[in-house]
Amino acid sequence: MTALAVRAGRRSRLGDNAWVRFAVRRTGQLLLSLWVLVTAAFLMIHALPGDPVRAALGPRAPLELVQQRRAAMGLDDPLWLQYAHYLGNLLTGDMGTSMTSGLPVSQVIGARMGATVELALLAFAVSVLVAVPLGTLMAVLAGDGRRRAGDWMFTSASVVLATVPEFLVAVGLVFVFGVQLGWAPVAGRSGPGSYVLPVLALALGPALVLARLVRVEMLAVLQTDYIRTARAKRLPSRVVYLRHALPNAVTATLTMGGLMLGGLVAGTVLVENVFAWPGLGGTIVGSILAKDYPTVQGVVLVYGVGVLLVNLAVDVALAVLDPRSVIRES
Amino acid sequence: MAGGTSRRWSRTVRGPLGVTAVVLLLAVLLLTVFAPMVWQTRADAVHPAEILQGPSGRHPAGTDLLGRDILARVLVATRLSVELALAATVLGVGAGLLLGAAPVVLGRRAGRWIGAVINVAVAFPSLLLALFFAVVFGVGAKGAVLAIGLATAPGFARLTQTMAATVAGRDYIAAARIAGVGRIRILLRHVLPNIAEPLVVAATLAAGSALLAFAGLSFLGLGVQAPAYDWGRLLGEGLAQIYIHPAGALAAAAAVILAAMAFSLTGEVVARAIGLRSAEDAVPAARTAATPPRPAAAAAEIAPLLAVENLRVTFPVRGGQISPVREVSVQLRPGEAVGIVGESGSGKSLTALAIAQLVAAPGRVDADRLEFLGADLRGRGAAAHRRLLGTSLAMVFQDPMTSLNPTHRVGHQLAEVVRRHQGADRRAGWARAVDRLRAVRIPAAERRARQLPHEFSGGMRQRAMIGMGLMAGPALIIADEPTTALDVTVQREVLRLLENIRTADSVGLLFISHDVTVVAQVCERVLVMYAGRIVEDLPSAALLGDARHPYTRALVAAVPGMATDRDRPLAVIPGRPPDPARLPSGCAFAPRCPLATDVCREQDPPPAAYDDGRRVACHHADLAPVAVAPQETTAGRDQS
Repeated sequence: MTALAVRAGRRSRLGDNAWVRFAVRRTGQLLLSLWVLVTAAFLMIHALPGDPVRAALGPRAPLELVQQRRAAMGLDDPLWLQYAHYLGNLLTGDMGTSMTSGLPVSQVIGARMGATVELALLAFAVSVLVAVPLGTLMAVLAGDGRRRAGDWMFTSASVVLATVPEFLVAVGLVFVFGVQLGWAPVAGRSGPGSYVLPVLALALGPALVLARLVRVEMLAVLQTDYIRTARAKRLPSRVVYLRHALPNAVTATLTMGGLMLGGLVAGTVLVENVFAWPGLGGTIVGSILAKDYPTVQGVVLVYGVGVLLVNLAVDVALAVLDPRSVIRES
Repeated sequence: MAGGTSRRWSRTVRGPLGVTAVVLLLAVLLLTVFAPMVWQTRADAVHPAEILQGPSGRHPAGTDLLGRDILARVLVATRLSVELALAATVLGVGAGLLLGAAPVVLGRRAGRWIGAVINVAVAFPSLLLALFFAVVFGVGAKGAVLAIGLATAPGFARLTQTMAATVAGRDYIAAARIAGVGRIRILLRHVLPNIAEPLVVAATLAAGSALLAFAGLSFLGLGVQAPAYDWGRLLGEGLAQIYIHPAGALAAAAAVILAAMAFSLTGEVVARAIGLRSAEDAVPAARTAATPPRPAAAAAEIAPLLAVENLRVTFPVRGGQISPVREVSVQLRPGEAVGIVGESGSGKSLTALAIAQLVAAPGRVDADRLEFLGADLRGRGAAAHRRLLGTSLAMVFQDPMTSLNPTHRVGHQLAEVVRRHQGADRRAGWARAVDRLRAVRIPAAERRARQLPHEFSGGMRQRAMIGMGLMAGPALIIADEPTTALDVTVQREVLRLLENIRTADSVGLLFISHDVTVVAQVCERVLVMYAGRIVEDLPSAALLGDARHPYTRALVAAVPGMATDRDRPLAVIPGRPPDPARLPSGCAFAPRCPLATDVCREQDPPPAAYDDGRRVACHHADLAPVAVAPQETTAGRDQS
């Protein structure tokens, strides 16, 4: 009995109860959000003013065709039955058929999702890779009481730049690097060079905001008693900053970064449109304008699930890095 | 209070940030009102002969596909862009306020449901929500206003809900509730006015975001539809021509950025103006104290463990510097226990940090002599003797709850010492850590080593801290109030542990405490600190009956014993220790001293050596010991 307890204690840093409670609570949250998302996507078509099929086919389409399509989509069934069908189809991966191309929506999304995911992940990686060293460096310099001017310039520049939304950054980058300098391609996805500007446009704002956050968090952590303890142990500065301070500073950064990753996913919509990137961003705008509602529904769902998964990943990462957060919540 | 607020307002608004915000916001609002009146005809005039021209005197930002003047169009578009953004903001703030305040009105259960809904909605980025609603409400300006408004609502609702919940928990709300005031009335009269300021700030910031979101939707073609145009549309049109002439896109982009900044900067300025004033009251120029006379030459040097002479710590403050620690000299032999006592603020903890060379920048440590085990620690000496200090000097800090790194396992934090300084491998380091935890009597040390600090009790953490100090066989332990944060029984255990270590391995102990009785128990010699100086250095046996300095006697008299008459007020030392930035001239203790005479107020007494190695810095130290009359608790409290 005791041996068992000891082994359990070894395996997890906390009592297993807290982890189980955490997993149950977090899964519950995810399922609730998923349900809300799916239901909202379903109701979206029914909340539209007028008949979506008529809207998609245009006012001149013959009545027969409209009725045929409505029947094919099951729009004449009672709402609950449609809902049940919708949920059932989703479970088998069927997201309906595009009204403009006639292709299955899942196929349309499958063809384009990779480009968007790539863009979002690259931009996130770049912003974190820039933000953590930059913010740490600024904190270390500020903590030493040196380079006041540099610190001030960094703070104000990051405040101003971070208010500029990614699609305007994108326009600026197109102008400077595409039009003026001609260094990088500004449209499409062809070769590694074409990633540079879209990723930069997406990453710049988040990188600066995160760097500022890392700086503030690091400054706070550097004032703590346990950093004094680490210094009293005469550890090398590198170890004090990177091993002792940074892990304590990243929790807030990670939370914020996770929230921003959600925003970054949304930001791809605009940036993809600036750079004619062949991802979901172009698809959703095009299908909204073409009133291709099944496609819109599918893409909205994919974006929503993406954001939920990102949030889940952030929470799990947070729990692993800082086990206290699990206890604190429960 | 009102004066303070208005002063803060004017100071913030007159700052560079405030001026920029006001100028930008005024420009945006003026353009919103007047631009269409002035430039509408120019913006709509089609010139087929001047299609897609670059910037020129006639068209500063060039012309578009129909030869219309782009600058005029950008200026005219201000009205529509700002109006739509404001409409969306009003809608979003209104909806958010309703949702967020609903729990106050509807009670706890309904509130929880609304909270859950808000939580789900907040998880999605507002641009995605806006896209979703844009589909539902249809493509166009009206749809976009609704979409952006509803997308703003969840964030605002969350803010309102959180703040309302905080306010609703306060006493006066409870009082109003008990008095039978209705929920809606409570909301309107008590809750909303108290959270209005941050909400206004958030709304201003939201207006900036709405402006950007609107530009985004219109840019995608989902917002304003032709022939109407806002900045987003102009940006989209300009981007298509960016290779031919970029001025069109850039002009629209600049307009969006400037206008959004006008709102967000205003929000920032308002937030600062109503926020907490930064505690930066000017510190008057510090007295630069004259170089003190050298204390009596150190007697009989038998290889001191620690030798400190004339230690001084200085911090720069506005317009000068302060020295919270001055003229401190300490000698410690191996195995000796020396205590430093004094009120909080007397500089005793700073002295400990300075000796250990742990004073952080911008603080500076100077000394005529600062030697530990024969190594000179002054200047960059501490860096050179990193290993010596890391192994032979152990620090135990006051608060064990915060002194261990919360993200590292306790065993790892101990093992680190020998792994860094003695090249022990992972296994050897860990074994040593477990062994040391056992040595400080932590039960089940093997298992405990794998735990994180938050799984330890306060007393265990302090023992773990001591164990950390014992990792490499220290020669000196500096313990800064090691028992202050612990309860009495645990205190006794920790003290006994320190005592055992000291006698067993002949480890020196520098013990810092405000508690005279504890110091008298633990230490052989006691240094009494006041206002950054050592005012008396005496054997602890003499502390209770034979102290010479009036401050030492007052400290001793302030300790309630078992025999203290409970009916009389507790003895305290009247007044407060002086602020290191405003030391009185003469003896720093004179304003609080019952024996003070004119000479005390004029001349700072130098420390004078007495028999048995005692030192006292007092003009009246030769007077026969006088019991200091207990003072009333309240006496002199307002003096500062």
